[in-house]
Amino acid sequence: MIEFQAVTKRFDDGTVAVDELNLSVDPGRITVFVGPSGCGKTTSLRMVNRMIDASSGTILVDGKDIRQSDPPLLRRGIGYVIQQAGLFPHRTVLDNVATVPLLSGWDRRKARSRAAELLEIVGLPSELGKRYPAQLSGGQQQRVGVARALAVDPPVLLMDEPFSAVDPVVREGLQDELLRLQDELDKTIVFVTHDIDEAIKLGDKVAVFRTGGKLAQYDKPSELLARPADDFVASFVGRDRGYRALGFLSADGLPVGELASVVLGTPVDQARAALRQGWAVVVDERKHPVGWVSADRLSTVDGLVTEDVLLSGGSLYDVDSGSLRSALDSALSSPSALGVAVDGTGALVGSVTADEVLRALASARDAGEVPQ
Amino acid sequence: MDFVSLLIGWLSDAAHWAGSDGVPVRVLEHLEYTVISLLIAVVIGFPLGALVGHTGRGGLLLVGAANGLRALPTLGVLTIVVLLAGIGVVPAIAGLVLLAVPPVMAGTYAGIRAVEPIIVDAARGVGMREWKVLASVEVPNAMPLIFGGVRSAALQVVATATVAAYVGLGGLGRYVFDGLAIRDYAQVASGALVVAVLAVVVDLVFIGLQRLVVSPGLAPAKSGKASA
Repeated sequence: MIEFQAVTKRFDDGTVAVDELNLSVDPGRITVFVGPSGCGKTTSLRMVNRMIDASSGTILVDGKDIRQSDPPLLRRGIGYVIQQAGLFPHRTVLDNVATVPLLSGWDRRKARSRAAELLEIVGLPSELGKRYPAQLSGGQQQRVGVARALAVDPPVLLMDEPFSAVDPVVREGLQDELLRLQDELDKTIVFVTHDIDEAIKLGDKVAVFRTGGKLAQYDKPSELLARPADDFVASFVGRDRGYRALGFLSADGLPVGELASVVLGTPVDQARAALRQGWAVVVDERKHPVGWVSADRLSTVDGLVTEDVLLSGGSLYDVDSGSLRSALDSALSSPSALGVAVDGTGALVGSVTADEVLRALASARDAGEVPQ
Repeated sequence: MDFVSLLIGWLSDAAHWAGSDGVPVRVLEHLEYTVISLLIAVVIGFPLGALVGHTGRGGLLLVGAANGLRALPTLGVLTIVVLLAGIGVVPAIAGLVLLAVPPVMAGTYAGIRAVEPIIVDAARGVGMREWKVLASVEVPNAMPLIFGGVRSAALQVVATATVAAYVGLGGLGRYVFDGLAIRDYAQVASGALVVAVLAVVVDLVFIGLQRLVVSPGLAPAKSGKASA
């Protein structure tokens, strides 16, 4: 879909920002460019829509040499999302999203109704359309930025550190949202970040750049973690590499044990009777886990099990889609050392333990499923 | 007290409000010079400021020229223009234009330079052509500063158009200079007072216009504070 062929960018002052880049971006996938500052990742991205022109080499988008396109027309056909969203402060949210349709000659009414549709797609309430960007939070602004980029349904989306200016919690929400959107839209996305965790979470493939504009490694995230090409990549991929690699191992077949549970609102004496080894998980009426009770905790209260007596739980492990990493984390973060397993709807299924995760890892290794 | 009653006496004399040298006629003349000079100044100063602001080339020259022009003494400028071109409406207006161009030009330039680069980058990135970037993004976002420049030019022209009577124009300056010539100080002071009132009215009109022209999105955040 996007092809870099021996692409070099040398700036007027002689700095080489990108050095002989050869790389092919898979259609319908998320490709992440990651690296330290000054590695040429943003320059590489901006060469695709000719915000920067390459000094030499060829870039093909959909088989076509981009040098043959008029830059403004090329850009209208490629979604572009930038840091801090870059919304136009003088235009309402709706008009911001309608920008590209209007540039492309749609009539105002059609452009506005498309814009309203997009606000819904990116999960924003329609009444925000009348507001101005300054009246939105950072996370909301970034969603509007994504909506603006998607307005004419371009096949390619370029995202330049789009989530770097929002706080970690919002960032995680935006990342999940992007993955959800991508599930439906199947765009060819090039995403630039300096955050290796973001790269590994989002990328179907990750290109690691090193200072001086050289591509160090271009691989699937699991390969990157398991087999870094050199010391630079290994150090950039960072600590906890082994632990994070567990995120790519399916937890299929991990035994799920029984787990004592009580429903919120149960009388305390019944709850005491239900404890197993001093612990029980508390669920709501939909069987969703809401926390833990322990023998210790229950010894000091009477009446009903209410939210006030709960110990907060750890992370949840989804038996339908979870990895060994999420299973292990749920065990390690649980106050009882038992990880809480749930099904796709969030309802309690049972427990997992760290020992079982390690056993599953060992058998996966024996079966040759773990890259060496 | 005596002076105030002199003023009131002059201003309340019905004869001063009628005929070809009555206050309403003089105010209209004064406004006419102001509007013409200001329009010409905007036609010259706005494109220059916008172009230099957009390209970023020649900024130093532009700011230097604007400051140089501003430093010229008003009466001196008018006198030079008249010495060069003779007495009459055209040279006097030319002098007023010369004084009004710098604030318009500098305001436009400063406004456009102050638009955040990331917004301009986004405008190009979504596929706007250069003129569209300027017209649809840079100018609207620069509007508060552009308007500030035009407003201060307007005030300067209203005030200076008075002095222009010295070189042959009508307008409210006539009261001042004619009054001085015949030592009718009530007339001088009344003329000056009307100019001051006119200046305030013009400024109010511009404040109203500014509300219409500047996007509410650029107002300092007041309503609908960001929610998570």
